[in-house]
Amino acid sequence: MSIKTFSRGGVHPPDNKLSAGNKIVELPPPELATIPLSQHLGAPAKVLVNRGDQVKVGQLIAQSEGFVSTNIHSSVSGKVLKVDQFMDSSGYRRMAVQIQVEGDQWMETIDRSDDLVRNSVLPAEDIRKKILEAGIVGLGGATFPSHIKLMVPQGKTAEYVIINGVECEPYLTADHALMMERSEELLSGIQLLMIGLGVEKAIIGIENNKPDAIEKMKEITRGSSVSVQGMKVMYPQGGEKQLVQALLKREVPSGGLPIDVGVVVFNVGTAHAVYEAVMKNRPLINRIVTVTGKGLDKPSNFMVRIGTPVSSLIEKAGGLPEATAKVINGGPMMGKALSTIDVPVVKGSSGILLMDESEARRKDVKPCIRCTKCVSVCPMGLEPYLLMTLSEKSFFERMEPEKVMDCIECGSCSYTCPSSRPLLDYIRLGKAEVGKIMRARKAV
Amino acid sequence: MNKFIVSPSPHAYTDESVPKLMYGVIISLLPALAVSVYFFGIGMIIVSSVSVASCILFEYLIQRYMMKVKPTHLDGSALLTGLLLAFCLPANIPFWIVMIGALAAVGIGKMTFGGLGNNIFNPALVGRVFLFISFPVAMTAWPEPGQWMHYTDAVTGATPLGLMKEGLANRTVGEIMPEVPSFLNLLLGKTMGSAGEVSALALLLGMLYMMYRKIISWHIPITILATVAIFTGILWLANPDRFADPLFHLLTGGLMLGAIYMATDYVTSPMTPKGMIIYGVGIGVVTVLIRVFGAYPEGVQFAILIFNGFTPLINKYVKPKRFGKEVKHG
Repeated sequence: MSIKTFSRGGVHPPDNKLSAGNKIVELPPPELATIPLSQHLGAPAKVLVNRGDQVKVGQLIAQSEGFVSTNIHSSVSGKVLKVDQFMDSSGYRRMAVQIQVEGDQWMETIDRSDDLVRNSVLPAEDIRKKILEAGIVGLGGATFPSHIKLMVPQGKTAEYVIINGVECEPYLTADHALMMERSEELLSGIQLLMIGLGVEKAIIGIENNKPDAIEKMKEITRGSSVSVQGMKVMYPQGGEKQLVQALLKREVPSGGLPIDVGVVVFNVGTAHAVYEAVMKNRPLINRIVTVTGKGLDKPSNFMVRIGTPVSSLIEKAGGLPEATAKVINGGPMMGKALSTIDVPVVKGSSGILLMDESEARRKDVKPCIRCTKCVSVCPMGLEPYLLMTLSEKSFFERMEPEKVMDCIECGSCSYTCPSSRPLLDYIRLGKAEVGKIMRARKAV
Repeated sequence: MNKFIVSPSPHAYTDESVPKLMYGVIISLLPALAVSVYFFGIGMIIVSSVSVASCILFEYLIQRYMMKVKPTHLDGSALLTGLLLAFCLPANIPFWIVMIGALAAVGIGKMTFGGLGNNIFNPALVGRVFLFISFPVAMTAWPEPGQWMHYTDAVTGATPLGLMKEGLANRTVGEIMPEVPSFLNLLLGKTMGSAGEVSALALLLGMLYMMYRKIISWHIPITILATVAIFTGILWLANPDRFADPLFHLLTGGLMLGAIYMATDYVTSPMTPKGMIIYGVGIGVVTVLIRVFGAYPEGVQFAILIFNGFTPLINKYVKPKRFGKEVKHG
């Protein structure tokens, strides 16, 4: 067992991987698909279809608008019902394309066979172009457009591709299932990313709670320049900066990106999507979503079309338990609580987690007793107790030198606080205010 | 339609809570309490019961009637303060003095600052020092161990540190040492001293338990003990006739109780490992300075209170190691 992990902070929330080992079940297309135009970080895509248009699976329906943006494709075939504002998983009403599903007609360009295609002869340039065209974003949850990561800024060199198979969020098993069932495709995707970036070395980081995945990936990567590294279980190891530090002992500078230390990080799901895009000509139209929760009948890993309503996923996993008090889009540490389950699955949906009242309710806030737990678990070496006090008292200008902008919002501080203090809530408030101060300063 | 709770992440929380931490510390004190009851019998039972009950009662009364807030007297922290106060009093001290000490500890030490989490000084030590200054005679009459059924009428004697301080006026360390209990007795607690501080072994067991439960880290207690050992060791090597050896200093007085329980009080100690080490070295040095060169035989309580006062300053200047170096932008 490897003891490799990041050097500072971290917590051990209970694993609760209820759906681990469950095979990926492919769900049929929904009756009605709602495909948001903003499923990625950056500018919303520009819509290309109108009400009444007929679309096919894989057809481009919205185009990348600006540098940080990406394409959106139809995940179903049928008729465009509306191009309007719909509530999405952010809780806001935003532009989306709603499609009445008719049959399952795919674009002819897409290779739908299960045959494995290997050994790309494509040049790096074409790989990057295909990734952009396919609308691939970081599938770990951050949804940063992947083609941008493949453009190494001038003066920097990429030396390693790191593939994030850590899945440190409790409950989630989508990446685990992917590594077990699509390992060949995943390896091919990784090799494409290496060509795209022109790097020789890749490392897949996987936590020790998935020994079968470690073994499987080791077996498959044998003889290639991709290595597999087992890692000690520790949250938030899947954080980019933590993962790079754990694997390579390189610290991404404050305010910097992994490329500053010669590394580009992709989630396993992203690498798999890259394979599909480049080798199968298949844009990002579906993803694996873990549907889980202690009260749920059948915690599952589903292969789902983008735009499928969350409610139908829950239905397929045994139905919404009566006692459900909270529905989380993502894992318990960094996921977002949904106000309704009538929102669509998007590119960044890694899981749907249901909690009952006893799990969902926050405990009463007690005074800070300065137990130092928040300081010792902070993976960024910050002082959450101090940041919260400064934020509470609106001393925002003092938060910047205390490095509040380095906070990765992993939630370890709030998780560990014995007084149940809402540390991260106040830190987020402070980050927003410090962000305003910094932008105002830049504007002068 | 279901109404769901919507709140920001994280959505998972630890099982740890303030009462659990406090009761964890109290559990770790049980060996020392048992030793104390074994050596001081009825006296320790009376002193500790009165101290604990008074601390809880005063906390309740002050919160209920003066601060007009929801009382938190049962969260374990008042119980802990009461127990620690009893531990640093002689077991033969009249119960009404204990009550005054409890009032000073909870009232002055804790509540005047706003209650749990806001106090600058360790409440139990505030109570102890308050009594030490107000009732110097009662606070320095130490019952001899083994008088089960005697309370205020117990036969008293001097502590090892007191013997040393007195004796060094006209004798050498070597001449005094035969009057001091053996190191084995000091380790087990068969000596004179405050009720809960006598057994170094029981207190060390408590420390290991707290470290195992991750209630405290090693930084503060080990740094204090190491500093005292090194400082007294240097003095002892320089002149073994004038200065007692490090083991004597480690095993006597309130050092173990202070280093393990008083100095590690969450509220009044620094927030970072580096800060804790600075704080620990400071307490160790001042303790030895008072013991060896000061007017009092024992100095650990003053040393801790002094560095409680430095804690906000240490927190301001000693920061944890941040992740990643700064990069300059444009």
